[in-house]
Amino acid sequence: MPDSDLKAATAAETAALIRRGEVSAGECLSTWLEQASADELNAYLWTADEAAALDGVDQNSKSPVTGVPVAIKDIFCTRGVPTTAASKILEGYRPPYTATAVRRLAAAGMPMLGKTNMDEFAMGSSNENSAYGPALNPWDRKRVPGGSSGGSAAAVAGGLAPWALGTDTGGSIRQPAALCGIVGLKPTYGSVSRYGMIAFASSLDQCGPLTRDVTDAALLLSQIEGRDEMDSTSTGIEGGISLPSAIGLEGLSFGIPVDLLGEGMDPGVRAVFDQTVSTIEGLGGSVREVRLAHASHGISAYYVLAPAEASTNLSRYDGVRYGIRDSNRDLASMYEITRGDGFGAEVKRRIMLGTYALSSGYYDAYYGRAQRVRTMIVRDFDAAFGQVDFVITPTSPSVAFGLGEKTLDPLTMYMSDLFTVPMSLAGVPAISIPSGMASPEGGGEKMPVGFQIAAPAFGEQGLLEAAFALEAALGFDGSIGREGR
Amino acid sequence: MEAVIGLEIHVQLSTQTKMFCGCRLSFGDEPNTHTCPVCLAHPGVLPVPNKKAIDYALLIAAALECEVAPRSIFHRKNYFYPDNPKAYQISQFDIPIAINGRLGDVRIHRAHLEEDAAKMIHVGESGRIQGSDASLVDFNRGGTPLVEIVTEPDLKSGAQVREWGQLLRATIKQLGVSNVNMEEGSLRCDANVSIRPVGSDVLGTKTEMKNMNSFRFIERGIEAEIERQKQLVASGGRVVQETLHYDPTSGELHSLRSKEEAHDYRYLPEPDLVPIAPSEQMITSARESLPELPAAKASRYRDQLGVQDAAALLLSFETEWAEFFEGVVAADDSIEPRVAANWVTGELAAELRKQGDEAPSGSRVTPASLAVLVGLVASKRVSHSAAKNVLEIMVAEGGEALEIVKEQGLEQISDSGELEAMVEAAIEANPKPAEQVRSGNDKAIGALVGAVMKQSKGRADGGEVTRLLKEKLSG
Ligand SMILES: [Zn+2]
Repeated sequence: MPDSDLKAATAAETAALIRRGEVSAGECLSTWLEQASADELNAYLWTADEAAALDGVDQNSKSPVTGVPVAIKDIFCTRGVPTTAASKILEGYRPPYTATAVRRLAAAGMPMLGKTNMDEFAMGSSNENSAYGPALNPWDRKRVPGGSSGGSAAAVAGGLAPWALGTDTGGSIRQPAALCGIVGLKPTYGSVSRYGMIAFASSLDQCGPLTRDVTDAALLLSQIEGRDEMDSTSTGIEGGISLPSAIGLEGLSFGIPVDLLGEGMDPGVRAVFDQTVSTIEGLGGSVREVRLAHASHGISAYYVLAPAEASTNLSRYDGVRYGIRDSNRDLASMYEITRGDGFGAEVKRRIMLGTYALSSGYYDAYYGRAQRVRTMIVRDFDAAFGQVDFVITPTSPSVAFGLGEKTLDPLTMYMSDLFTVPMSLAGVPAISIPSGMASPEGGGEKMPVGFQIAAPAFGEQGLLEAAFALEAALGFDGSIGREGR
Repeated sequence: MEAVIGLEIHVQLSTQTKMFCGCRLSFGDEPNTHTCPVCLAHPGVLPVPNKKAIDYALLIAAALECEVAPRSIFHRKNYFYPDNPKAYQISQFDIPIAINGRLGDVRIHRAHLEEDAAKMIHVGESGRIQGSDASLVDFNRGGTPLVEIVTEPDLKSGAQVREWGQLLRATIKQLGVSNVNMEEGSLRCDANVSIRPVGSDVLGTKTEMKNMNSFRFIERGIEAEIERQKQLVASGGRVVQETLHYDPTSGELHSLRSKEEAHDYRYLPEPDLVPIAPSEQMITSARESLPELPAAKASRYRDQLGVQDAAALLLSFETEWAEFFEGVVAADDSIEPRVAANWVTGELAAELRKQGDEAPSGSRVTPASLAVLVGLVASKRVSHSAAKNVLEIMVAEGGEALEIVKEQGLEQISDSGELEAMVEAAIEANPKPAEQVRSGNDKAIGALVGAVMKQSKGRADGGEVTRLLKEKLSG
């Protein structure tokens, strides 16, 4: 079969081709390795050769994904393979172990194409905080792919990988998926082991799939979810995940959180959102307004809680055991210079914020108060899910913005996660699916718009069914971005 | 003025593996041979609590009569130092696993679980990180489970601290949850010391005394510190909050760091761990599996068995010795426990020490064989001094008491004719003391008794010899 067909196929289709013997796993891998190594989007920080791609992979696995290669966000530790979290401080680091999620994929027979670009330590919404330069949006290379899983999203949307693993702390899977016109799913906190995922904000970090369609998202999730004894906060999803097959939305109710959707949204994004809501109604779903009274404070709470956790998670990068080390012989100077040189500006900003928020005398005013806001947001979602099956929003208030457009204004950048952060704080699952195209506010060619659906904790199966039915009706073609390959 | 002292005791738990990873615990192995990504704090790793350590903490909580928290949580205690690879220690902060207990006359404020730091070795003359040529880190110890026990400020003197510390050590040893070896660092004790006018209920400024590796040094260190504070205040000075180190060789106190450098630990609830919520069954089973603890054992020996105070304490603090003692009593119920206890803690312990043995378990003497010997003394078949000779042989070579007595001809002289002859011979051979006794100087009788004992090779009954001598010399 021609390579172009293979490149156009979804991961599930590719798996079926391999199972039927129409293409060999070896051919499939070499096709995709070739694609990955011709990366012009700076989507990869490291690409594998065949031996490295197959290292630790069970090639005799009879799983439903055997032979389909995957791109891995550089936040996952991979034994013997450079792992930097896009930070200079981890330059040259090759972990002695492999993250549980990645190990599960290898055990299912999935080769690894490479490690994808990201915002340093997953802190960012544009991929511009990578110490190794930003990944580019395959729809318009002058625009950002979103972040922090920007490299994973660009690789999938740009035809450099059939699918990819990312992580989401406040929107880091969903927002880049939306900006790159692909599907991104953040599972319920605890569904997937965090072991081996370099920590940003431990109580929020969750691993999930970035894929071409909803079926692939379900398929990849089914391979990574599950309790892991190396992560005591992991539970897995009871009953596992099966491939979605719903064709309608009859009997399902969708809530629009009016408190959240008031401000700062591009008109083009609003139009696509309204259109998608009509499509839901056309499929038999009912749509109503719900209250998430505290969700609009989500960003404020998030930017206290996440930096607080990050400030302690990132303290281990001290130059003593791995990564770069300043040669100063005085201990305090060695720490200071190593960390001063090794961390980028945004990471330093968040370490400072978090350190301040936890310092004695300020703890209650900042960390304590933010925790209380988080509790109220959790209750808001509980109440909303008492009334509706799903909560829906645009994934991001804008389409992909230009490189450099928001880098000087962190607060505007933080607002990119306005609609995704509340679900992270509540720990509930949420998916972003491509729902249409809209012009950027400053003009220019149309860019993809994502539609976010959130479900109650561990409601992934229902969420995937609804997204699957909607995806079919929306008919977004899932093709590779204009400037991809 | 009176002293007010509170203690913080760190107990390393003797679990198979570390607190939050699967690395084996070891003492004295090659450096950095028991490490993994978790205890070296590689990126992306997560802690998984050691179930056994939680069980051990519950045992300690039960032994100290503490209340167990239904849901205790772990915090991150943040500070940078090379012995602390995550740059935070996982410890418990506002909700520890156990609170409000008691051991003897000291109240327990709290007990909590945490992990130990790695071990630092500073190369060079200073022995400290400042001015050292290099500093090495051995991560074998890093992550060892610890229970930190904090007392209320209920102690009043160095001697009381030593005695209570020994009771605590014996209690924890009895539980089998720690090696409680102070030199190896599996038991570490810090003391907070302050003084105040007698009768006051206001606490004075305290100093913290750290890293003392025996209770005897702790006693001396605390006494020195109390004296220093008293003199300081008497001369119009003021106690400054600081951390002190007591040098047992010079007897001097050195300031380690002043409180100005105090850390802000920026405690954060540990998001990687769920709360410890022991089931009712876990708590009950900890209580039910408690062995008889030293304090209870000591009072039973004293009150029910009539054992003297000192011996009761010695026995109850050392499981092995207690078992040996109970073995002696069980072997022959005609032996008075008080007498058996004196033999075990006195003669036997001394003889073992003399021959370079510490514990009775490895020795050739068994409780049953000691019981026979004690029985021979009680029934006056062997004199006390001859019995000591027998014991010496038993410790050195083993064997049965009765056989040794026979072989060595050490059976007490019961034939009064033989004894009388010896007494008369002694009087004849020592006319001078004999004359002194006759003229009313009773003290001189000792020399005559000694002569008879010597001649009889200890086989004579001292009391009988004295009686006979008096009889002969009063006439
Ligand atoms: Zn370890």
